[in-house]
Amino acid sequence: MINKIVARVEQAVADIKDGSTILVGGFGTAGMPYELIDAVIAQGAKDLTIVCNNAGNGDTGLAALLKTKRVRKIICSFPRQSDSWVFDELYRAGEIELEVVPQGNLAERLRAAGAGVGAFFSPTGYGTLLAGDRETRNIDGRDYVLEFPIHGDVALIKALKGDRWGNLVYRKTARNFGPVMATAAKNTIVQVDEVVELGALDPEAVATPGIFVQRIVAIGAQG
Amino acid sequence: MLKFTRQQMAARVAQDIPEGSYVNLGIGLPTMVADYLPEGREIVLHTENGLLGMGPAPEKGKEDWDLINAGKQAVTALSGASFFHHADSFAMMRGGHLDICVLGAFQVSQKGDLANWHTGAADAIPAVGGAMDLAIGAKKVWVMMDHVTKEGVHKLVEKCTYPLTGSACISRVYSDIAVIDVTRTGLVCIETAPGVEFAEVEALTGAPLADGRGKKAA
Repeated sequence: MINKIVARVEQAVADIKDGSTILVGGFGTAGMPYELIDAVIAQGAKDLTIVCNNAGNGDTGLAALLKTKRVRKIICSFPRQSDSWVFDELYRAGEIELEVVPQGNLAERLRAAGAGVGAFFSPTGYGTLLAGDRETRNIDGRDYVLEFPIHGDVALIKALKGDRWGNLVYRKTARNFGPVMATAAKNTIVQVDEVVELGALDPEAVATPGIFVQRIVAIGAQG
Repeated sequence: MLKFTRQQMAARVAQDIPEGSYVNLGIGLPTMVADYLPEGREIVLHTENGLLGMGPAPEKGKEDWDLINAGKQAVTALSGASFFHHADSFAMMRGGHLDICVLGAFQVSQKGDLANWHTGAADAIPAVGGAMDLAIGAKKVWVMMDHVTKEGVHKLVEKCTYPLTGSACISRVYSDIAVIDVTRTGLVCIETAPGVEFAEVEALTGAPLADGRGKKAA
């Protein structure tokens, strides 16, 4: 019997290794997997590379993980926000490496990783600082920059509901990076508000098919 | 000199958005355009964090923080709305499915280059978000901005001095004193705000400006 349900967040993140690349879902606080991040903080993995749209908000969630100084590098599109003081301080002190990626390229690089695409040409960022010295090409009159996939060792994602096969549905715009990150990591760990019986999710409405998910933990069930 | 107010600028942009358009309104000033979309036109707003059919802000106290726009403000979803993940959302942009995108800008060049993400200051923390995707993310990309900075410095220029967000991507600029098209031959003023003379607009423009008023071609 396939059963990807894990009882506690501690178990779900127990084997995350030092030096891992962790994809963290969420756009700002919508879809941020707070409980999984707290579990990673408690677990103690270090020398991490984090991939997330933002670089943390306030003092909780990703910001709290950054504060432990166990994150070596962050890959994101929009680190600087009104409440990103934890990241800002680390960055100015030279204690964290930053790779800024246009938001759509970030999503597509994750998608490419999940889809087994070796690289792709994107028009976004052509002729800008963020194109770096990567290869460019003019295809049918449009200019493109070569972009490479971003693979994760682990993805931490928040969804609304899941079943024991790992099928997921999300809630409104909290879906954001969840479905693409789920495809791009070797070990996709999902926190859901509720685990439901197999068959309870409408197959037409499943946003992430269970094949992309390794572990599921219900947050409502935490003691 | 008389200038368009913020509200008049938003209404002026909204007037040019045709029935049936799929539109992304950038963070800041362009967001205001949503409040002035003409009655009776069905226009679908896209927000790049994953919603088509975005509605106005909810009543105070009824915010749902799983339902936000790209500026991370609480919004609503209209009847007919759909949610989708980021890769699909940016496919809508990059793939040329959106009709119009309206953005703010630091500078726009006579070739339609856009600078709006980075001042180039050495101590600034770079943050691009969806700016570069939006710059190339619709069939038409318009800019809505003050004609000059608060200090009176040109924002319409021959060549951008700030780092570029996209090259040759802007087709029209709505400023507080004029509407300007970016054409193959350079900048063309197609409209001036009521009471504003072409010569005044020309003087506040940092690149050659042709007078195309009355010869307007959309």
